[in-house]
Amino acid sequence: MWSFFHKLGSPRWFYDIGGKWLPWFALAAGILLVTGAVWGLLYAPADYLQGNSYRIIFVHVPAAFLAQSIFMMMAVSGAVGLIWKMKLADMFLKAVAPVGASFTFLALFTGAVWGKPTWGTWWVWDARLTSMLILLFLYFGVMALQAAIEDANVAAKACAVLALVGLVNIPIIKYSVDWWNTLHQPASLKLTEKPTMHPDMLIPLLIMIVGFYCFFAAISIMRTRNEILEREKRTAWVKALVQTGGRNA
Amino acid sequence: MTVIKKSGPDAGMIATLIAVLKRDLTIAYRRKQDLANPLVFFIIAVSLFPLGVSPDKSFLQEAGAGVVWVAALLATLLSLDGLFKSDFDDGSLEQYVLCPQPLFLVVLGKVIAHWLVTGLPLLLLSPVLGVMMFLSGEQIKVLFVTLLLGTPVLSLLGAIGAALTVGLRSGGVLISLLILPLYIPVLIFGTGTVNAAVSGVSTLGFLSILGAMLALALALSPIATAAALRISMSN
Repeated sequence: MWSFFHKLGSPRWFYDIGGKWLPWFALAAGILLVTGAVWGLLYAPADYLQGNSYRIIFVHVPAAFLAQSIFMMMAVSGAVGLIWKMKLADMFLKAVAPVGASFTFLALFTGAVWGKPTWGTWWVWDARLTSMLILLFLYFGVMALQAAIEDANVAAKACAVLALVGLVNIPIIKYSVDWWNTLHQPASLKLTEKPTMHPDMLIPLLIMIVGFYCFFAAISIMRTRNEILEREKRTAWVKALVQTGGRNA
Repeated sequence: MTVIKKSGPDAGMIATLIAVLKRDLTIAYRRKQDLANPLVFFIIAVSLFPLGVSPDKSFLQEAGAGVVWVAALLATLLSLDGLFKSDFDDGSLEQYVLCPQPLFLVVLGKVIAHWLVTGLPLLLLSPVLGVMMFLSGEQIKVLFVTLLLGTPVLSLLGAIGAALTVGLRSGGVLISLLILPLYIPVLIFGTGTVNAAVSGVSTLGFLSILGAMLALALALSPIATAAALRISMSN
């Protein structure tokens, strides 16, 4: 059990194990996303209030979930990298930052597209929208810092510190934005979420959420493996790998 | 009983803090123009709003506190670039990292010095700008108190960004990108307190939260800054 985790921490082992996991995650993601999307977009009943426009939640909600949890993962792997000096954690952090930013953008974009027919406006300074926007800025900060520092090890550590500082700040930001919003425009617009969702809508949504997570797992494994090859390009095993044409010997 | 020695490798915590503070204040005193620059920026930035948006009294009264806060925030941000820069360039930062006293203490001393030479002058100038923005006496008083609690937080958080980017070519713009999102809670509560005062709500709760942010930043940010400095120095 422990030796498995031990091995997983080494880039070379992760490259192998990740390569074995990758097709399964990709397959699961493909099946779940197609099932969830078809069910949600075609067969789930239309909302009695919003008609068909609500169907964008099947993309919006999973994207928003991932946007938040990826930042959490980044901070945790940053801490692991700083404390135990695991190179793999550094690589993971670098690999997923743009993915997290993309999901945050996707959540904001789908929210705007949904807001136009429902609220009649693309953007509202709603507490949730604003804190997602700030989350996007935090991602941009990590990516900018990563790009600015040439030495890969130093860049990873610096990003780890920034991700941890960001993680401490996220609850404070969220809380203060909620406060600010209620201060200025008390509940003029609310995300019309029903606490009790009909199962016909809830099940495809859950399928989509799991599918998005599988998709993220596949993408992050691919990107982390790429990062491993890039960083370990001077080691013997990568050279051997390249010489055999990418097939594992 | 611990004996506080005045200097050298055995210097106590307080003595170290005071030594760093004294050194940075002396350096700041000898470069007076650098001290004035953020202040001038502060005044110019505030006076852009009546020119750019509206000199209308009712608008300025409503937006004034926010404008002063945003300008103070940007002025602090601009001054942060130099926080560790000269020490990094002349090698004294390396000596700080090597010295036996904890690095966060040195950082704390430098941040306090930074606040004394940029935050404090901004604070003292803010009533004048408040009058220019037609704020009432009560608003100006509250604005002053929020800046008193808020500007140290700006210096403390900004030090993390300055430490992460020290030694990088594109330092200045990068700091803004890293630090501005973290400034948002301070800004919200800073201006929120003034707005609460206008609408007659008790400001005590807001001020307590600002105080809590200051306490949290004071406790955690020197540690994060010290870690960031060590990382930057290993580059």
